[in-house]
Amino acid sequence: MSTTEIFDKVMEIIKEFVKDEEKLKNATMDTAIIDDLKVNSARLVDIIIEAEDAFDVEIDDDDADQIKTVGDAVKIVEKKLADA
Amino acid sequence: MNNRVVITGMGVVSPNGTGIDKFEDALRQGRSGIRFIPKLEELKFGCWIGGVPQGIKEAYETYFKSVGRNFIEGNIEYALIAVAEAWRNAGLTLPDEDAVADWDTGTVFGCGVCDMDTISQKLVPMVNAGKTRRLGSMVVERVMGSGISAYIAGLLALGNQATSNSSACSTGTEAIIEAAWRIRTGLAKRMVAGGAEGSSPYAWSGFDSMRVLSTKFNQTPEKGSRPMSASACGFVPGAGAGALVLENLDTALERGARIYAEIKGGMINCGGQRQGGSMTAPNPEGVKRCIKGALADAKMGADEIDAVNGHLTATFADPREVRNWAEALGCNPADIPLINSTKSMIGHCLGAAGAIESVASVLELHKGFMHPSINCEDLHPDIVPYKDRIVQSFMETPELKTIAKASFGFGDVNSCLIMQKWER
Repeated sequence: MSTTEIFDKVMEIIKEFVKDEEKLKNATMDTAIIDDLKVNSARLVDIIIEAEDAFDVEIDDDDADQIKTVGDAVKIVEKKLADA
Repeated sequence: MNNRVVITGMGVVSPNGTGIDKFEDALRQGRSGIRFIPKLEELKFGCWIGGVPQGIKEAYETYFKSVGRNFIEGNIEYALIAVAEAWRNAGLTLPDEDAVADWDTGTVFGCGVCDMDTISQKLVPMVNAGKTRRLGSMVVERVMGSGISAYIAGLLALGNQATSNSSACSTGTEAIIEAAWRIRTGLAKRMVAGGAEGSSPYAWSGFDSMRVLSTKFNQTPEKGSRPMSASACGFVPGAGAGALVLENLDTALERGARIYAEIKGGMINCGGQRQGGSMTAPNPEGVKRCIKGALADAKMGADEIDAVNGHLTATFADPREVRNWAEALGCNPADIPLINSTKSMIGHCLGAAGAIESVASVLELHKGFMHPSINCEDLHPDIVPYKDRIVQSFMETPELKTIAKASFGFGDVNSCLIMQKWER
């Protein structure tokens, strides 16, 4: 799966938790999930759970704690897929 | 402080109409929202019919963003739709994410049972399967007792009291009274009050087992909810939400708000499960004290009540309720105020009942009509003496000025609300 494909799939998951759809338009790898997209911090756990299901990987709590931007999430998924 | 309290906005999600306009039209037409619910038959309920609001996704998308794959049609969604409608109906704008908290506005908005859809479809199966870590972040906020008021507070940036009350089938009416009193005493300028109830079979199952649901009209759903009828055989479970924006009169006048009605007074009490009262039946003395207490709170005489929107669920309790009204108001059967039951069209919406039925009552006051109480052409013999005062078909009532709305609930709890048409 290419980085772009993973990015699109991750954004599809995050989209559900963004109240203001306008904020999604110019999202890039550097976009911060909480600070830029204004996702409630409690929802990160939902994004992780959905990503685990979508990519069939396991993301442990330590890895999850490192996720700040969309790119962080994409990179962790890429690494897990490569390790699999 | 003794501020006057007025109603300036309303929203509704009802089995016979989602949105105020559709609801008013259904009330005028005497249109039932009771339908066959296949899931109830499949689950071997005795009652296969219910009042489930329609068009929820579309209504939600009118006020909020498009629904995602995790969308649930639960009590919280019903509440949010009704509240968003009521807020806009009051001429107010939904605040954006960057707004500061509105310290003068709060909510009392309850339910009978919490979000049973989440409990039954997600929480119990996943925990039992050892998947607790995968429940996600939203289970707590959906099943907590204050889930509804928490969501409403977030929607409206409320900075005043945000509470979910719960008093079984009295919840909705109780919420309105509590909220009105908070404005009267000056603790808030504006309150959003109401109740919501989801449509989960799991919430209804206990009632089915108690044999208190209607089971003889499974083939003719619209005939199933029969308050005051000789052939009434139990209530039809319903779901939905009713929301009212209450305001301090001065605040409402200052901003030039449209005023529907004034809340003159109310009373909340309990019969103590004594003197004939029990967990499931009301102490008649408690009911009468509640009605009289509401009149006293409103500083009004019984002769000033033009109409009664009863609790009237279509169980054995209806004849007793009508008698309690007559005794509390001190009138003969022929002189009792006009009586109707909104439940005849929407079933018993439990924690939302008092709120949806209050919305119906306010529409009646504001527009000058009384909706028909359907399915009681065969009045219960004990109610026959009141026949001329039971509203069996639509009535234009331009002179209608004051309505008493009461709700009674398991636990022997009562609430009674007195509302008056607004005239400058």
